[in-house]
Amino acid sequence: MKNTDIIRASLKRRYAKERRFRFYGFASIVVSVLFLLVLIVSISLKGYPAFQQTYIKVDITVDPVTLGISNTYDKNALFNANYAKLMRTSLQAMFPEVAGRKQKRALKQLVSRFAAYDLRDRVVDNPDLIGTRQSFWFVAKDDIDVFMKGGINRNLPESDRRIKDFQLEWIDQLERGGRLEKRFNRTFFTSGDSREPEQAGIKGALKGSVLTMLVTLLLSFPIGVAAAIYLEEFAPQNNRWVDIIEININNLAAVPSIVFGLLGLAVFISFFGVPRSAPLVGGLVLTLMTLPTIIIASRAAIKSVPPSIREAALAVGASKVQTTFHHVVPLAMPGILTGTIIGMAQALGETAPLLMIGMVAFVADIPQTITDPSTVLPVQIYLWSDSPERAFMERTSAAIMVLLAFLVIMNFIAVLLRKKFERRW
Amino acid sequence: MNVAIETRDEFAVEVKGTVGFPFVDHPKFETRHVNVSYGDKQAIFDVGLDIGDKQIIAMIGPSGCGKSTYLRCLNRMNDTIPICRVSGEFKLDGEDIYADSQDPVLLRARVGMVFQKPNPFPKSIHDNVAYGARLHGLASNRSELDDIVEKSLTRAGLFKEVKDDLHRPGTGLSGGQQQRLCIARTIAVDPEVILMDEPTSALDPIATALIEELMTELSEKYSIAIVTHSMQQAARVSHRTAYFHLGKLVEVNDTNTVFTNPEHKLTENYITGRFG
Repeated sequence: MKNTDIIRASLKRRYAKERRFRFYGFASIVVSVLFLLVLIVSISLKGYPAFQQTYIKVDITVDPVTLGISNTYDKNALFNANYAKLMRTSLQAMFPEVAGRKQKRALKQLVSRFAAYDLRDRVVDNPDLIGTRQSFWFVAKDDIDVFMKGGINRNLPESDRRIKDFQLEWIDQLERGGRLEKRFNRTFFTSGDSREPEQAGIKGALKGSVLTMLVTLLLSFPIGVAAAIYLEEFAPQNNRWVDIIEININNLAAVPSIVFGLLGLAVFISFFGVPRSAPLVGGLVLTLMTLPTIIIASRAAIKSVPPSIREAALAVGASKVQTTFHHVVPLAMPGILTGTIIGMAQALGETAPLLMIGMVAFVADIPQTITDPSTVLPVQIYLWSDSPERAFMERTSAAIMVLLAFLVIMNFIAVLLRKKFERRW
Repeated sequence: MNVAIETRDEFAVEVKGTVGFPFVDHPKFETRHVNVSYGDKQAIFDVGLDIGDKQIIAMIGPSGCGKSTYLRCLNRMNDTIPICRVSGEFKLDGEDIYADSQDPVLLRARVGMVFQKPNPFPKSIHDNVAYGARLHGLASNRSELDDIVEKSLTRAGLFKEVKDDLHRPGTGLSGGQQQRLCIARTIAVDPEVILMDEPTSALDPIATALIEELMTELSEKYSIAIVTHSMQQAARVSHRTAYFHLGKLVEVNDTNTVFTNPEHKLTENYITGRFG
């Protein structure tokens, strides 16, 4: 046999191998894309109802007697008046046939507990309303809301559903009268956490996450990059201490994150007295966790800058520091940013260490500074997913959507920055 | 090459000292008893050599003979290699360049270097040339800097080709242009000595010819030391030639003498192409 025949015979096998490999690669991509699609679609389907909220139109005669006030112009009295009672009597006026304690209670719970506060705010803002008859839209209670969005099947036997037959009648009646409406759920984006699903919002957690990420970025980026530059460019080579530091950095990257939480609790909160549950301490803990990732990625990026560039700079008389900062670091920047964004994305999704430092607490207020108690998005997701109220289910998914959107925006900024720094050599 | 390896010991014994004339009357650079080692491995053995003022000296020799290592001692480029140890006397205009008081940054501004592979910065052509001048504060304003850039590029024979796109990246030029850009970058700092480490080994013959022409022109103003693998190049451009073999300086003489009448057997073998 001639050589060409031998080669030709083997060619078929080689090509088959190549085709097989291409197929494996393609198949694995298809599978991962499918999983991603399933994830995104299922979360979106579950989460999108949370962006809507059912409102109920209630006719209210703002009666000073029911409110228990005499002097309508006293702001303080207006503020402390009995709006819950006014709400109750107004609802009863709409459904006069309702009797019995149980049903009366259910009637009161057509609207959210916060509807009375909403009414109060409107009256305080505009005292002229007193004595007039008005129609107001109020946020519906979560059960009504879930039912309106199709979360409760009315064909189930009464004992199996949270909305009873008499409540169904009220809802039908309200619907016929055009008194039920689904609107965009602004509350979800403008308020903090709440025990009442219809009042719970993501803003507290979102802002907590932003503040925590800010602290993490401001600490871990400069420290990590400086450490990487020092270890790569300035540290004595083949030095035992440098080797030990290097091994330890690699080990730190593999330490379970909850350990960092314990460390943060012991060191930052117990020893240094940093306020607990605050984005400051969260950011500190996540910095510890993110540092190894940034250092390792930055070192790899710095190492990949061709030595010829360093020599070129040194040969025209640049000092070591000038060489590093004029040439090496800018060329390594895309890689450094990639490492940073991977570390930040990890930190953004991290829950375990934050549980240790009290960021799992129920915090209704929106944090204003990095020392205010707050929670973060993944912890908020964890908290809501744990809540028994049905309406929290859709909010959990909606919070995941917000978290993913945050992540996408972060990555997008990183890609833009990388584009800006990318240069050929 | 094979011959060189097989006969390594035999030839190593043969080199007793340098033959020819390693020293000159008006040296720019004087080096004596230079020993260099990388860790346990000694790369240069007791080399003594002068570089004449405004002359070109070519260093030739087979791969691994230590000529590049020697060259890199002259601007203390070997300082960046932690395991590299250099000893001996190095005097630039009578001044010890390895003295504690000598700043390597200042030294490298006086002794420029062009490397084997063109290594322009990933910046514009203008910024490449301006970098050194800007670094050392050689220009007090923008127009002075532009002057330096233009003059350096002109002297490097590149200005005509790039004058309309000085803002384009230096890495986008052809190999030969990149090397001339690197030469322009080196002379923008106005050094006294230019070291060239196989500056044309990555270039085609036309680009090589351009660079060689350039070297001859530059030697009117600068002292130049060039390491080359091309004996023709050494013969064409240099005034003096030094032949290195296995870390030892075998023979130094006028280029003409080395190529027409080599004293040492090893030199003769090398230039007649018996090994190397």
